[in-house]
Amino acid sequence: MILLVQLLIIGLALGSIYALVALGFVLIYKSSGVINFAQGDTLTMGAFILWSLFVWAHLPFWLGVLVGFGLAALLGLAVERFVLRPMIGQPLLAMIMVTIGLSSMLSGITNMIWAGPTRMYPDYLPNISLAFGALTISEELIACVIMAFVTMLVFLYFFRRTRIGLDMRAVADGQQVARSVGISVTAVIAITWALATMVSMLGGLLLGTIQGVNQGLFLMGLTVFPVVLLGGLESIPGAIAGGVIIGIAQTLAIGYIDPLVGGGMGEVFPFIIMILILLVRPYGLFGLARIERI
Amino acid sequence: MQPCGVYNDSYNKDTAIVRTHLQWTLVVVFLIVLFTAPPFLSRHWVSFLNLTAITLIAVIGVNLLTGYCGQISLGQAAFVAVGAYASAILTVKAGIPFWLALPCAGIAAGIVGLVFALPSVRVKGFYLAMVTLGAQFIIIWVISHAGEFTGGTFGMKVPPANLGPIVFDTEKSCYYLIMTVAIIMALFAKNLARTNVGRSFIAIRDNDLAAEVMGINLFRYKLLAFFICSFYAGVAGSLWAHWLTTISPEQFPLSNSIWYLGMMIVGGMGTALGAILGTVFVQFLNEAVITVSPIIGSAFPLVAATIFASLGSIVFGLVIVLFLIFEPRGLAHRWEIIKHYYRLYPLPY
Repeated sequence: MILLVQLLIIGLALGSIYALVALGFVLIYKSSGVINFAQGDTLTMGAFILWSLFVWAHLPFWLGVLVGFGLAALLGLAVERFVLRPMIGQPLLAMIMVTIGLSSMLSGITNMIWAGPTRMYPDYLPNISLAFGALTISEELIACVIMAFVTMLVFLYFFRRTRIGLDMRAVADGQQVARSVGISVTAVIAITWALATMVSMLGGLLLGTIQGVNQGLFLMGLTVFPVVLLGGLESIPGAIAGGVIIGIAQTLAIGYIDPLVGGGMGEVFPFIIMILILLVRPYGLFGLARIERI
Repeated sequence: MQPCGVYNDSYNKDTAIVRTHLQWTLVVVFLIVLFTAPPFLSRHWVSFLNLTAITLIAVIGVNLLTGYCGQISLGQAAFVAVGAYASAILTVKAGIPFWLALPCAGIAAGIVGLVFALPSVRVKGFYLAMVTLGAQFIIIWVISHAGEFTGGTFGMKVPPANLGPIVFDTEKSCYYLIMTVAIIMALFAKNLARTNVGRSFIAIRDNDLAAEVMGINLFRYKLLAFFICSFYAGVAGSLWAHWLTTISPEQFPLSNSIWYLGMMIVGGMGTALGAILGTVFVQFLNEAVITVSPIIGSAFPLVAATIFASLGSIVFGLVIVLFLIFEPRGLAHRWEIIKHYYRLYPLPY
């Protein structure tokens, strides 16, 4: 019973990070129709950049995060300008492959600069772990869930109440229409990339806080696909629901199925769920069913 | 465009792959050079050519599925693994001779490919890419957890290939076997592309709804494309297993699947020549990176320890991005332009 509750809590924390990363993915997909395979690598890179700012540059936590997010925004803008903008109007495979190429480059660079053992962030959280009898919840997990959900609330507000957020939704609905009412589509897409990269970095920070920063974090970028397919590619609530469901399913699989089959279920289980979803309901829980015409 | 003075006065001439005397001469010279080369090359380069030829077979498979039929596959390396393990199990545990195990490995990989192709009837594009990504993870996971049957994560020992009394147990003897199979597979792919099957694939790639309206059975042809693609992967895997004589699941990572796709894109999607040019180009590039990285490492001691592992993926990613932006039709297209120029010279058009 304790195990189940513990697993559910870890799953919720992991799931909220998945939801964050999926949010970044959905932002890009909605505004520009690009499927971003480099999400996991921007996440890893972001986590390492923050670590370097804390440890190599000795910045205090708040300043490091501020500088880090500035760098992430610059990275996102650069990627959009030099890699994605020349690709507008290209077929789907080219779009997928260009982000895969980008992912290969980013992971190579990350590996070149930060190869080696797992790094830990300096302890920036107050020690307030909760204990209920035999069950303890560490402050990292609590902070993770809170930060992830606060970010998502901020985004909900952002999309409903701010000018840029409304512009982004307009671009997502139809680029031609958005352009005709005076929205600069290229600027909006550029901002989207900056935001998505910052969200990735936040995901990297939270994930790094729980399990340390290493090259393996990029797997996150692959697990985001089951999440967004479960939730529906176009849907932000879908990304949140999908993230939590996949996170919990994954930890339960690690806890209960791994001992039966000998390990490795954590990586594979989300993909098994994904294939089942694709067979039953290809557009996910909240996605749009596409009607095609010749 | 035809060379000057070549007329197609019969249907056979119109569909011929090799047309002029010059082309025949070049083909014969190329084959002679290819098959007399090993004694003049060092062991390292023969090994390099073997790897290139095996990779080529897998890339031709991806090219048929993705380049011709338009179905994106991110799981080719896993199907190579299925072929490698099928061949290993058939020869080691069932005692089947190599010449029979090779096509059986192809068929085994093809059947596994069909299983993962079933969703392609309902989903396409990005969703299908995700199914094949899932296939990559699930197949490799199954292989590493199948216990005694596949040797788990430790892998298997495989005997070298043999045809009757001839045993292919050195790099140079393997070279003849691998090259022969690679040439047969490349010719088969080239031929397939101009049959009604190949043209149906192209119709499905260009617009699958329109293709269905024209009377192409989508279900059948998509499954066929997956089967052929996986069959190629299986044959490549079988050669891989008997060439290296030891296989393990981590020889077939996701990054290999991505490299296969990248080679196809660099060469030019949907052309028989593209798969060959792309594979050879990327393999040579990789070799160049391996040669150059210690030099760069000694110039920048800060990254010397890590540059070896990371420079390859940086360069590979950069090449894919640059090709997609500046030459999306690949090296094959560039080659066509050069050929046209040569045929028209000195006239401008």
